[in-house]
Amino acid sequence: MSVVRALYAKPWIWSFVAAIGVWLVTIAFTGGSSAGGLAQAALTFAAFSIIVGIGQMFVITLGPGNVDLSIPATMTLAGTVALKIMDTNDSLILVGILVALAIGLAIGVINYGLIKLLRIPPIIATLSSSFIIQSAAISYNRGIRIKPPAALAEFTTATTLGIPNLAYFALLVSAVAWVALEKGIYGRWVSAVGQNMRAARMAGVPVDGVRAGTYLVCAVLASLAGLLLSCFSGGAALNMGAEYLLTSIAVVVIGGTAVAGGFANIPGIWGASLFLFLVVSMLNTYGASAGIRLLLTGVIIIAVIIAASRSPRA
Amino acid sequence: MNWLSADRLRLVVPALSLAVLLAAVFWIQPRAMSYTGLNLLFNLAVPIALATIAQMLIMTVNDLDLSMGTFVSFTACVTATFLQSNPLLGVLILAGCVGVYAVLGVVIYLRNLPSIVVTLGMSFVWGGLAVLLLPAPGGVAPDWIRAVMVSKPPFVPMAIIASVLIAAVAHWIVIRSAFGVVIRGVGGNERSVTRAGWSVLRARASAYALAGVFAVLAGMCLVGLTTSADANIALRYTLLSIAGVILGGGEFVGGRVSPIGAVIGALTLTLAASFLSFLKISPDWQIGAQGAILIVVLALRLVLNRHEGRTAR
Amino acid sequence: MNDQRDNPVLAVNGASKSFGAVRALNGLSFALAAGECVGLVGHNGAGKSTLVGIMNGGTRPDSGTIHLGGNDETGRYSVAVARKYGLRCVFQELSLCPNLTVTENARIAHASISGFGWRRRAERVVRSKLDEIFPGHGIDCDQAVGTLSIAQRQMVEIAMAFSESDGPARIVILDEPTSSLDANIARQMLDHIRKFVGGGGSVVLISHILSEILTTTDRIVVMKDGGLVAEGPSSRFTMETLVGAMGSVVRARDAAAPPRDRTGTTPALTRRGTDGAPEFRAYAGEIVGLAGLGGHGQTETLVELYRGFGGDWLAPADVKAAFVAGDRHVDGNLPMWSILRNISITLLTDLTRAGIVRDGDERAVAQSWRERIGIRTDSLDNPILSLSGGNQQKVLFSRALATRAPVVLMDDPMRGVDIGTKQEVYAMLRAEADRGRTFVWYSTEIDEICQCDRVYVFREGRIVVELTGADIREDRVLAASFSTEAA
Repeated sequence: MSVVRALYAKPWIWSFVAAIGVWLVTIAFTGGSSAGGLAQAALTFAAFSIIVGIGQMFVITLGPGNVDLSIPATMTLAGTVALKIMDTNDSLILVGILVALAIGLAIGVINYGLIKLLRIPPIIATLSSSFIIQSAAISYNRGIRIKPPAALAEFTTATTLGIPNLAYFALLVSAVAWVALEKGIYGRWVSAVGQNMRAARMAGVPVDGVRAGTYLVCAVLASLAGLLLSCFSGGAALNMGAEYLLTSIAVVVIGGTAVAGGFANIPGIWGASLFLFLVVSMLNTYGASAGIRLLLTGVIIIAVIIAASRSPRA
Repeated sequence: MNWLSADRLRLVVPALSLAVLLAAVFWIQPRAMSYTGLNLLFNLAVPIALATIAQMLIMTVNDLDLSMGTFVSFTACVTATFLQSNPLLGVLILAGCVGVYAVLGVVIYLRNLPSIVVTLGMSFVWGGLAVLLLPAPGGVAPDWIRAVMVSKPPFVPMAIIASVLIAAVAHWIVIRSAFGVVIRGVGGNERSVTRAGWSVLRARASAYALAGVFAVLAGMCLVGLTTSADANIALRYTLLSIAGVILGGGEFVGGRVSPIGAVIGALTLTLAASFLSFLKISPDWQIGAQGAILIVVLALRLVLNRHEGRTAR
Repeated sequence: MNDQRDNPVLAVNGASKSFGAVRALNGLSFALAAGECVGLVGHNGAGKSTLVGIMNGGTRPDSGTIHLGGNDETGRYSVAVARKYGLRCVFQELSLCPNLTVTENARIAHASISGFGWRRRAERVVRSKLDEIFPGHGIDCDQAVGTLSIAQRQMVEIAMAFSESDGPARIVILDEPTSSLDANIARQMLDHIRKFVGGGGSVVLISHILSEILTTTDRIVVMKDGGLVAEGPSSRFTMETLVGAMGSVVRARDAAAPPRDRTGTTPALTRRGTDGAPEFRAYAGEIVGLAGLGGHGQTETLVELYRGFGGDWLAPADVKAAFVAGDRHVDGNLPMWSILRNISITLLTDLTRAGIVRDGDERAVAQSWRERIGIRTDSLDNPILSLSGGNQQKVLFSRALATRAPVVLMDDPMRGVDIGTKQEVYAMLRAEADRGRTFVWYSTEIDEICQCDRVYVFREGRIVVELTGADIREDRVLAASFSTEAA
């Protein structure tokens, strides 16, 4: 009984309940034959939203106005450049990964540099930088689709013990992030900054360092996700990151992280990512059009934000 | 010295950059210096200017609308379908959209929600509705809108007349009218507006509704120019409208906006695109150049503000 | 004058008001007659701003009555009702919209100016008042308020308070109206007050410049500890008797240690004074007090000192300075967290190995401070906001004292703390100072200032006097806090 009550109090539980609910409804429609395949597909696709969602979660936790809109462009640029450098060559995989990471680091530095130096809201800084990044990707790619190295393509599409490799990778990232958030000094600092930046500063938190580090982490995770996504889908496409702009924010909000900052939570990102994928596939099985899918996603996001808002005005 | 107040100084920079850009375009492409040339350069600026005014109204009350692009796309789709085939229903739908904007203003204020996330969610909703309405590009612009948009008044091209008209009307509403003062007051110092007995809720709802009106007009004008619509027709407008407000001297918070500047900003952005293509800059870098322009303007603004701060001491 | 007093335009009777444990107003009665200007003086915490809040309808008293124009308005009194009686207020904080022009601000303030031609009418209202009060003011009414100088903004606020909107202004409350005006303009304003009063208006004037109070007002009310300690026609007061009335019986400083000779030792903290102001110095092992009326630059000085230690980008291995917030909602509490996490945040670098916080050590430190300073809670895992104000303040004290920081900066941290705790904290501070720590302590309470080894009195953003040893006395602090120079 007390276990139930403890679970009930967790902000992330609802996203899991919703995800399982949607999964059951979908299986009921298809007669159970696709249960395993659906779960596998959900884990694979959710892995990408989980990885970028965790980066976005840390950024959003920094407090009101903090959001990274350059995630899609970062994913595209990292995927494009890394694949081109690896040039389907397995021996260059390490170089490719390092290049992707370096791109992430550089973008993180640029993003926080703009925020700090130009004193502009993060949303505008990351939006403007995302256009330059997007152009860089377009100009670098020239519309040629380069295949990923065989080993990476194999890794990203295969399963181990029936579970997709990507899900293991997302689990690893989540575990590291969870330790940093719940057990580490970094998590304390991020949360303190998000609750009250001035108070955090006066309590000795290195506010600039924490904020810069968080934008770096977010950009690096986005570049990693970009690399994996381009390997998974057999090549980098220029619009491949587009849907992750909204998805990364949606999974954070639905997962129970405070939109106004100060409180983050990682299990919720898993629940929300699975839920969002399952909703889309459920609508697909019911034959709903793309319009309905978009519409419902929007309605769900807004409903969750309104339901989760804790401070209505008197 | 008094004449060059901060508000006017705010307008000088965007006006100058537009003038310089225009001169550069004329220099590279002298043929643009004609009635048709100007119309071609600027006619796509009209819907952008309207969307920029809409975004500016939201920014006046310290919010930001990230659904502007999808909303304008949706209204364009409505214009090319319902408004053409069943005008009454079309008008009702568009009026309903304005109502939704007013409700958004109320909900965001009452529940103390971040406008960024709410409007991001709304962008899914508008996008979904637009796809439902027009899954593939299509629809037809109502004749009367088409007629207005392609009309050729004597001496001055339609695009210029429309821009001036938009700037004048928006300036009157936001800067000159008693109502506009209250909206800007809410952005500047909400507490003192409340203390003087005004309803902040009503002011914010009207600012949002008015933004909805301008955005609907943007969709209608856009269809008038393109003759048909598709669900993704105006996605770029989200960024363009924000950039236009900023270019025109508006600020993110504090109720400091300039409708005339916003229209100039929209014209500058449109012109910049033509200019870059005249320069034979690869279209790959067009979006990037817009991002870069935005960053440069913000940097310039910072320098100017510092200077202003020093002289005010 | 006494016959007028029987028929006051505004009367507050037996008003009491408590904020948590602090009794801000203690059954105070105050009356204001038509054609009268009353000066309100008192040191920090005397209850002036609470009284002003009650008079303008912003604060509701716990008990007592309020009458306006002979009508009993107790219970339904509000800012709106006050405005109906022609009551206006000018506060120290800016209450205008900085992005709007002077004219547009007049429109916001006076809702009745609307319809066609509102701009011209609004401008006429505010400009005529500006011209009347401050001839040759040089303010362009089409300029945004944010681009005006602070003095000009203050002039606009004053003009708007005296101007006509729904009806004429009858009662004007001015809280430190001249703080940012130069002497000449202040003179114009004071002259206008006399004119306004001569025409039957009433004014309540609060100012730290005593010559203004003495020359402008008809009657002076001296407040202390939420009550009235002296009252009478202004002609009966002098600078000395006013300062004397604000203070209590001058106590000998308990165990006044003679000031130590500091020649040859380098101070732990210094800050150069601007425009001939005394230099700020704090030596190791000293408790240095920052005194003066609230809002005269003490907090800004502390924040500057604190930020001077850096730490924006990287947390230093050894914390060099700790800060105890006074306004805990603005720069103290981390409201979503437990008491435990609120205590440990500054100390965290000491409790961390390889980036991971050692939970056991964290809890042990917090537990020991909970006992030492007596935080009343059944669990350290309770949210910080579940504590009373005084206990929250103890948490902020523990946060700073638990570190090894050699310098501790305190921003009037004893507000809302009960007397017993205060005594314990005083003893703790002295013991820590004897161990070599330096404390810089901004306090609005004279008792606390008198416990310091060295005191700097602030006025109008700068240090005006340095006091040491036996010179640290209430009368000296009061005299320096208020400008007692003849105008």
